[in-house]
Amino acid sequence: MEQFTGKVWVLGDDIDTDIIIPTEYLALPTVEDMKPYGFSPLRPELAGQIRKGDILVAGKNFGCGSSREQAPEIIKALGIRCVIAKSYARIFFRNSINNGLLLIENSQVQEDVKEGDSIIVKVGESISLNGKDYPIQPLPGNLMEILEAGGLVAAMQKRNGIRRA
Amino acid sequence: MGMTIGEKIIARAAGEEKVAPGEIHTVTLDRMMSNDGTTHLTVDKYNTKLKHPRIADPKKVVFIMDHNVPADNPKTAAAHKKMRDFAREHGIKLYEGQGVCHQVMMEDYVCPGELIFGADSHTTSYGALGAFGTGVGGTDFLYAMVTGTSWVMVPETLRFNLHGRLRKGVTPRDLILKIIGDIGANGANYKVMEFAGDGAHGLSISDRMVLCNLTVEAGAKAGIVEPDEKVIEYCEKHGRKAEHMFKSDEDAVFAKVYEYQLEDIEPCCVRPDFVDHYDTIANVEKEKIRIDEAFVGSCNNGRLDDLHMAAEALKGKKVSPRVRFLVAPASQKVYQQAIEDGTIEALVDAGAMIMNPNCSVCWGSCQGVIGENEVLVSTGTRNFKGRCGAPSSKVYLANAGVCAASAAAGYLVSPEV
Repeated sequence: MEQFTGKVWVLGDDIDTDIIIPTEYLALPTVEDMKPYGFSPLRPELAGQIRKGDILVAGKNFGCGSSREQAPEIIKALGIRCVIAKSYARIFFRNSINNGLLLIENSQVQEDVKEGDSIIVKVGESISLNGKDYPIQPLPGNLMEILEAGGLVAAMQKRNGIRRA
Repeated sequence: MGMTIGEKIIARAAGEEKVAPGEIHTVTLDRMMSNDGTTHLTVDKYNTKLKHPRIADPKKVVFIMDHNVPADNPKTAAAHKKMRDFAREHGIKLYEGQGVCHQVMMEDYVCPGELIFGADSHTTSYGALGAFGTGVGGTDFLYAMVTGTSWVMVPETLRFNLHGRLRKGVTPRDLILKIIGDIGANGANYKVMEFAGDGAHGLSISDRMVLCNLTVEAGAKAGIVEPDEKVIEYCEKHGRKAEHMFKSDEDAVFAKVYEYQLEDIEPCCVRPDFVDHYDTIANVEKEKIRIDEAFVGSCNNGRLDDLHMAAEALKGKKVSPRVRFLVAPASQKVYQQAIEDGTIEALVDAGAMIMNPNCSVCWGSCQGVIGENEVLVSTGTRNFKGRCGAPSSKVYLANAGVCAASAAAGYLVSPEV
């Protein structure tokens, strides 16, 4: 089972896609150009502080709003290893899996976690914070396959090129 | 055990007799729509990431430019050119300057019973004609365009039984924002919101589009009004045949059933910075909140009913010199009708700025972007922090009558009746 540890950034409920990446930056040519503006309406300094391998912990309905796929792409490009939230908006959920960004659903850890804490993630099994374990549900098999391949396009290629419709 | 409308549409698309919530199915899509918000990125992925790129059936794919129309800087111009060139090369129908994507899709394509993917969250609008429209991101769209298929998890259905009629001055926008306020911005997450009852059938197709369009703001995967005679008429009028008129079975299972009496609905004014911060304009107007801009338009509210309501609220009045009032008809067809019946002239006389049909103020780019600490009252789809401009700006959501009346008064107010 894959296991990793990451430093935590804490956000609240209903973090929408316009907060993750505001419209005015969508016209920038690449996700690399956009990523300094991630979360800027809420916390303009955050994108510069996130380091590779960090973990985002948030409340309910994370990623609600627009279908813009730049949202999970930017979170991944900032180096976030996974997001732990109480729940996710459905388009964001699909877009994250399709881009190989791991999403974990848990509603307990938010009460105990502080920004800067370290969380240990055992993928598909549990998360641990300060010696306490929180169980998590594994993703369905077809979604795990996409995630492990690194996203939907990679999974499609892996399955011997494009499936002829 | 019977099936709901959403389950029947997925079963048809999956080639299955029966499907149940929670199952994952491979489906053949009836149609796919992508707009200029993201198509250039999808084209990049198509050209750079795939080994043997091809498009399963170009006839099922529609590209519509509406987010940055006309192009306002070299970056959007480049994105448009990429979209235009790709459409031409692959035989994909392209619309440019015809209107907001969901309005164009309703006018020219959507049929009841279809399963439609759109690379835009408000694709839920197509439930107005009894179709299952759902928003996806660029990668999902790419996969669908290349294979003609995708996977879906069958959602549970929430049933909304609507009774009676909305009072004068109250719109389906007030109803759906009330529902979102009641169930919360994730109250329908992963679910279908199905609307039925005499109150639903009393609504016009335009009204139903308003209802279904905003279901995504409650997190819904689709919003569907039980199709009826009005759907058949609409399809015929637009040169199409309504074939798959699905209704939920008597013994269909709903995750929850809600009852709404339409006479009880009041004109709303949703407060910043979130779609479920519901309040009524009757409450909000007591605070005499000054506005800097008002907007009537968007995929939710740029149709003839809304333009009429705005013109009515401005009768004998002028837009306040402190306020910019922007109006963007939803499509060229709507625009022409509003010219013919004198509505555009009335709006211009009152001091409104008429924009070409496009997403305009609603999505915070291209037109009418608001500055630091400015206040907007809008018929747009969202009021998230910074949605329409500076992070410190504020957006209130209301119906076209409230927006127009507020434009004249200079502060948030109900139209005179």
